[in-house]
Parts: sequence; C-alpha cells; structure tokens
Amino acid sequence: MSWLSKWLSKWLPNESSNWQWFYRLGSPRWFYLRSGQWLPWLSLAALLVLATGLVWGLAFAPEDAKQGNSFRIIYLHVPVSFLALAGYYIMAIAGAVGLIWKMKLSYMVMKSAAPIGAVLTFLALFTGAVWGKPTWGTYWVWDARITSMLILLFLYLGVLALQYAFHSNEAGNKASAILALVGTVNIPIIYKSVDWWYTLHQPATIKLTSAPSMHPDMFQPLLVMILGFYCFYVVALFLFTRAEILRRERKTAWVKELVLGEPQS
Amino acid sequence: MSSPAARKINSGFTAWLRRDLLLAYRRRGEVASPVVFFIMVSTLIPLGLTPEAAQLEKVAAGMIWIMALLATLLSVDGLFSSDYQDGSLEQMLITPQLLPLPILGKVTAHWLTTGLPLTLVSPLLGLMLSLPDAGYLPLICSLALGTACLSLVGAVGAALTVSLRKGGLLLSLLVMPLYMPVIIFGTATVNSAVDGLNWLPPLAILGALFAASVALCPLAAAGALRVTASN
Repeated sequence: MSWLSKWLSKWLPNESSNWQWFYRLGSPRWFYLRSGQWLPWLSLAALLVLATGLVWGLAFAPEDAKQGNSFRIIYLHVPVSFLALAGYYIMAIAGAVGLIWKMKLSYMVMKSAAPIGAVLTFLALFTGAVWGKPTWGTYWVWDARITSMLILLFLYLGVLALQYAFHSNEAGNKASAILALVGTVNIPIIYKSVDWWYTLHQPATIKLTSAPSMHPDMFQPLLVMILGFYCFYVVALFLFTRAEILRRERKTAWVKELVLGEPQS
Repeated sequence: MSSPAARKINSGFTAWLRRDLLLAYRRRGEVASPVVFFIMVSTLIPLGLTPEAAQLEKVAAGMIWIMALLATLLSVDGLFSSDYQDGSLEQMLITPQLLPLPILGKVTAHWLTTGLPLTLVSPLLGLMLSLPDAGYLPLICSLALGTACLSLVGAVGAALTVSLRKGGLLLSLLVMPLYMPVIIFGTATVNSAVDGLNWLPPLAILGALFAASVALCPLAAAGALRVTASN
C-alpha cells in the first residue's frame, strides 16, 4: 500500500498544512479524553431526538389508509436499514484510513463498527419480517432488498469472523480492513445484480413500494427518527471504540493512571 | 513485449504458472477430486429432489452452478496454504517482480486445474440432469468465464486466511457473499437460453465481472498476503 500512500500524500493532509486535527485523531488518548467530553451531550441529543421521533411517529402520526397501525414500524425499520448500510461504509473508510495512514485509532473504530453494523442489519431484517407478516402475510420473501440486506449481514459477519480469527491484533486489523474494502467494491455490484435477478423472477403478487410519496405528516417523524438513529449510532460507536481503546492500550501509563486514579490529586 | 523489462515482468507470471501446473501434474489425484466431487454431488440431486426429468430440467442449470461454486470453494483453500507451509510463499513475497503477477500465475494454474475441468465435465452433468438442449453452449461459456471469476475472488479469501489453522471454513464464509453476482449471472445465462431468450447480455456481464476481478483481485490478494503471511 506504500505506493497508494505516496500518491495520496501529494494532495491530502501533511504536516505543514492545516490538518493538525487529522493527526491528533491518530492518538487514542486524545480521542478517549475528547470523546468523554462529547459523550454526555451526544447521548442527551440522541435520547431527546429519539424520544421526540418515537412519540410523534407512534402516537401522533396519522394511521395508514391500508396498513392501519402496523405501518408504524417504519419508524424503526427505515432508520435501522439506513444505518446498517451507512455503517458498512463507515467501517470500510475507517479500515482504509488505517491501511493508508497506519492510524491505530481508525482500526479501533473499524473493529467497533463491525458488531454495531451487524446488529443493525439483523434488526433491519427482523423489523422487516415483523412488518411483512401483517402486510404481505408472510415473514420472508425472496425480494431484492431483503436478499441484499441478508448478503450485507453475511459481509459483516465475515469481517467480524476474520477480525477474531487472528491472534495478533495487527494482522486481524489489516486483514479485515482489506476484506471490508473488497466488500465495498462489491456492494454496488451485489445490489445491482440482486436487483436484476429480482426483476427477472419478479412474483406478481407482492409490491414493496406501496406508495411512491408519503404524506408529510408521516414523513416528518421519520426524518426525526433517522436523525436520532444517527446520533445513537455515533454514541454506540464512541462507547465501543472507547472500550477498545482501553483494552488495547491497557499497558500504557495514561490508561493505568486513568483507571487506578491519579495519586497526586 | 520484447524489451528486457517486459520479459522480466512476464517471467513472474509464467514461472509460477509453470511451477503450479507441474506440481498439479505430480499430484494428479488431488487435482481430480474437485471434479469427482462435482459429479458425486450431482448424484444427490435426483436422490434428494426427484428423479423426474420434467422437474430436474428446471433446476439443472442452478444446481450445476451451485455445485461448481462449491467445488471451486473446496479447492481454492489450498491455493496458498501448501506454499505457506513449505515456505515457498515467503520466496514469492521477496521476489523482485510485482507480487500480483505471480499471484495471477497461480490463479491461472488453479483455474486450469479446477475451473476448466469442471467446465469440460459440465455437459455430462447437464445430460444426467436432463438440461434442455439449448442450454449446453451457454452452460459451457458461462462456466468457463464464471469459474475464472470464482478462482480470482477465492484467491483473495485464500490469501486472507492462509495463516489460520481452520482457515477453510472461514474462507467460505468470507467468499460466499462475494460469489453471489457470479452465480446470479451464470444461471441467468443458461436459463435465458433455455427460455429461448438472448443469452449474450448476462454472459457479457459475466465477462465484465471477469475483467474487473482480473484487474482487482490479484492486487487485493497481494495486499492480503503481505499482511497475513508474515504472521
């Protein structure tokens, strides 16, 4: 990867430019201390936005004409599916940053993003199945989106399994970063091919897109929920990453000082 | 391509191709096992599903493709592992040539000893599973291209898991999702021919997948080997 980093270094951050913050990000200690300050505010924001969206969506949004109240699971299903996919890119980008700039912290972010993403993908499939029963009369359909979500779950599981298969952290990091990048190249191909496969075999009975446009009264709480889930995702990612930092840096002086308490004060 | 530099670059490809083919020739029994597996599993299909020709011909194309995928998956595990165990993989890593070229040579040898025999045997299985007549040529063409994709993508997985003791199972977990587009377009090629449609478009997409994996997979496998083989 050295040729890549040389090529990138021509037009990406270097020491002399205004990219100090980028290099500071490479320090797990800096991130740990700083994220500790951000975390309460982020958690508060996530809690408030999620509570607003949930109450608005579940209690005040109008009932769907055809699906009745069962459509309300959309307020969980759609944000979770959004983040399941976005989480893969966050994981892959963190892995790429680690491979290119050899940044310890970004590997920790990548490792933390994998289980969160896998759980979100599972939740997306699960809420979809729960929604499918009253709407389509069946829990599972071999539909293009459902199938690609299932493949996404497999991709996540592969990265997770590879990460834990290595004894040394470093090899596990780099290997799963490469796998995540290979997966990133493949995701659009997989999505397109599954889409194409579905249109070829399309069963006539089921229509996924029930209404092309949503009523604003239903749509606004959905936007709030998506925003709330993004905040929640960041909180979860920070918590996982902080735990990982402590685990990997447990031999360093600053972690010992932090955990055992400063003797001076 | 007659300049000394070009010849030197080529030698990395041909030397490893020749070496792996020679090794395969010395161990002919091992080379035959994916093909034998391929034929044996096809016996399970009439036993497990139905021996009726009318029903078999519906699933024949998909089943042959799935079996070819599994046979490739079984054999791709050994692509780097025996070299890793006897130390010749390290020799490959320190050669002056660009690493992707020896890898491409090895993958080509792998395809010549697995994908090509599977492709050549497939009409026989088509006959046994009563594949309609229109499907034979598309089956051969799609398998020839598709198994090459499978070998290339499998090489990335094999490179990632080469140093792990139980790498084989993990390898299939890693690689299986990446195989989905290949199997979709592979079976689509055969099925559209059987249905009397134009089967060249899905075959062309398979060719595009092959071109992309020839360009990218050796690079990814090289990066992966540098990480895993040193541990």
